[in-house]
Amino acid sequence: MKTKQLAITTCAAALATLSAGASAQISGGSVKIGVLTDLSGTYSDLAGSGAILATRMAIDDFIAKEKPTFKIEVVTADHQNKADIASNKAREWIERENVDTVTELVTTSTALAVMKVAKEKDRIAIMNGPASTPITNEQCNDITVHYTYDTYALANGTAKAVTQQGGKNWFFLTADYAFGHSLEKDSSAVVTANGGKVLGSVRHPFPGSDFSSFLLKAQASGAQVIGLANAGADTTNAIKQAAEFGITPTQSLAGLLMFITDVHSLGLKPTQGMFLTTGFYWDRNEETRAWSKRFFDKQKKMPTMVQAGQYSSIYHYLKAVKAAGSDDTSKVMAMMKKTPINDFFAKNGQIRDDGRMVHDMYLVQVKKPADSKYPWDYYTIKATIPAAEAFQPLALSRCPLIKK
Amino acid sequence: MNAPAAFPESKMPLLLGVLFAIGLVAPYAVYPTFLMKILCYALFACAFNLLLGFVGLLSFGHAAFLGTAGYVCGMVVRDIGLTPELGILAGTVAAGLLGWLFGWLAIKRTGIYFAMITLALAQMVFFLCVQIKETGGEDGLQGVPRGHLLGVIDLSDNIAMYYLVYAIFCCGFFVIYRTIHSPFGQILKAIRENEPRAISLGYDVTKFKLIAFTISAALAGTAGATKTLVFQLASLTDVHWHASGEVVLMTLLGGLGTILGPIVGAATIVSLQTQLADSVGSWVTVIMGVIFVLCVLAFRRGMVGELQSLIKRSGVN
Repeated sequence: MKTKQLAITTCAAALATLSAGASAQISGGSVKIGVLTDLSGTYSDLAGSGAILATRMAIDDFIAKEKPTFKIEVVTADHQNKADIASNKAREWIERENVDTVTELVTTSTALAVMKVAKEKDRIAIMNGPASTPITNEQCNDITVHYTYDTYALANGTAKAVTQQGGKNWFFLTADYAFGHSLEKDSSAVVTANGGKVLGSVRHPFPGSDFSSFLLKAQASGAQVIGLANAGADTTNAIKQAAEFGITPTQSLAGLLMFITDVHSLGLKPTQGMFLTTGFYWDRNEETRAWSKRFFDKQKKMPTMVQAGQYSSIYHYLKAVKAAGSDDTSKVMAMMKKTPINDFFAKNGQIRDDGRMVHDMYLVQVKKPADSKYPWDYYTIKATIPAAEAFQPLALSRCPLIKK
Repeated sequence: MNAPAAFPESKMPLLLGVLFAIGLVAPYAVYPTFLMKILCYALFACAFNLLLGFVGLLSFGHAAFLGTAGYVCGMVVRDIGLTPELGILAGTVAAGLLGWLFGWLAIKRTGIYFAMITLALAQMVFFLCVQIKETGGEDGLQGVPRGHLLGVIDLSDNIAMYYLVYAIFCCGFFVIYRTIHSPFGQILKAIRENEPRAISLGYDVTKFKLIAFTISAALAGTAGATKTLVFQLASLTDVHWHASGEVVLMTLLGGLGTILGPIVGAATIVSLQTQLADSVGSWVTVIMGVIFVLCVLAFRRGMVGELQSLIKRSGVN
């Protein structure tokens, strides 16, 4: 009995040394990146196959430029916006295929499910598609990064800038569920803090299709700005109907959660004059244009901020792996947080302890059809919102990792 | 709703025994979490089949039971901190009560009206789950711990969890099997075949239907509660009417009114959903649609139903 126990202990000790030796390098000789996204549903346009393409571009560029000694592999799957499929897939990838990081994860429910699995299995999760702030607040953990944007940055940026630029009277059209309520609450606070006034709000059922009575109420309120505290199809339907009711030229709409793909699918006519906040616009400068054109050549669509963020985050991750000389979770994470992000997507971007990547955001206004000179020429950049103001300050954080 | 040919009764225990043994060794060959998902959906489909296949009631609101039980189990385990078996029990009871309420309101109508009432009630549950704070709305109920079974066995181990799910599935399946093969089940089949005749024989048809509906709902709840523990989350997906539709698809694909059909159907659909997710991406929904159309056009008795009639025709006994 004694000898047996001794043998087991020795074996265990030997194994421990072995694994300690191996962890200084790359497990399995290759870095494996999982892209879990929506390929068939509502969000396939803003993330989807474009996010996979962005991932592959990041890997190709990284190999060409940094000449890593390790191999890089990608696995992809469609989570169909279902949290159980996402959690199942992530678990399987980590347990059976030894995936090092699970990325993209559009829709918050899938993101929250996967970040729990990843934390349990000690793997890095990088979020680009999901919007909700709980990822870096109540539910935060030390190895999840929320990279591109969140609802705070979008709502705060838009509400503040619009109010400061003279849109003092607001009326909210709010989707009647927790997400819409919090979007309305946060934006209202920003409007009032900047000297604006909220004249009222109306709640529409989620998901909604007929917004006529709600829009008429918004019109009758006489507010200068109608804030759309909703998302996805609700937002696009509301915009379309607002244009049909003749609301838009006289009152302006502010999209609190919108993407360039929404503008593209609606066209400029109903969206012209709208204010929104974005983390990336392809036509901002030479660098963004150069990258976006490469993306466009393959995808036939200009990138959304989610897709650009996906590229940037994967590149940043790979650079951290190379610098750390290992794919060990805590080492890579420490490296990712230590190194500032400087590329076409972000200047001096920084990953904070709550997992939030902070970078400049942009307030844009949608162009009039007559001012749009070439395809995808949609936005005029009205203001750059500096990183320090764009995201929720750490002082307000509800993340337990942040000590106050 | 023609009565499907029964599998040769004498061979049934043997077949079930073989399947049981396969289930015992399966987690060593196939990824356990994936198997657990199949088992949860298989139980859900079996529960649904009890109602549609053996009583002839098409409920289009079974997602409400699956989802509600999931949420209740999640809250009991995560927020109150009870053990997982109590969570599953709570989920089952909650779904059973909800099923009794739904049934009481709906079974006074038949056919399309019955289906529509169940759908409407299930949509009410869906909107409730979107609205109230406790369910987490769109984000769902996340981070449910698997905990320790009876406070002893650690369920965070996938193999341990698998055997718990397998045991639950077998119990549920046994309940359904016994229900169908009891005098009570005979009466249910009589109601399916000819309701006025069952009434004229003196049976209180409404009562029988209500009991069957409640059993079906409770078992669907067991499936939902178990699923919450497996994935450690409960989300709107399970209360959405898509889930009600999926279970109809599973049952029809596998074989309506056959005892093994729903299991085959559930395994097929779940495998397609998970495995195709890697390889074909956005084509998953299209492929599932094509399979459903083919199934309805070419083999209307479902996979198991067709197999049974094939065996019967070839005279193997």
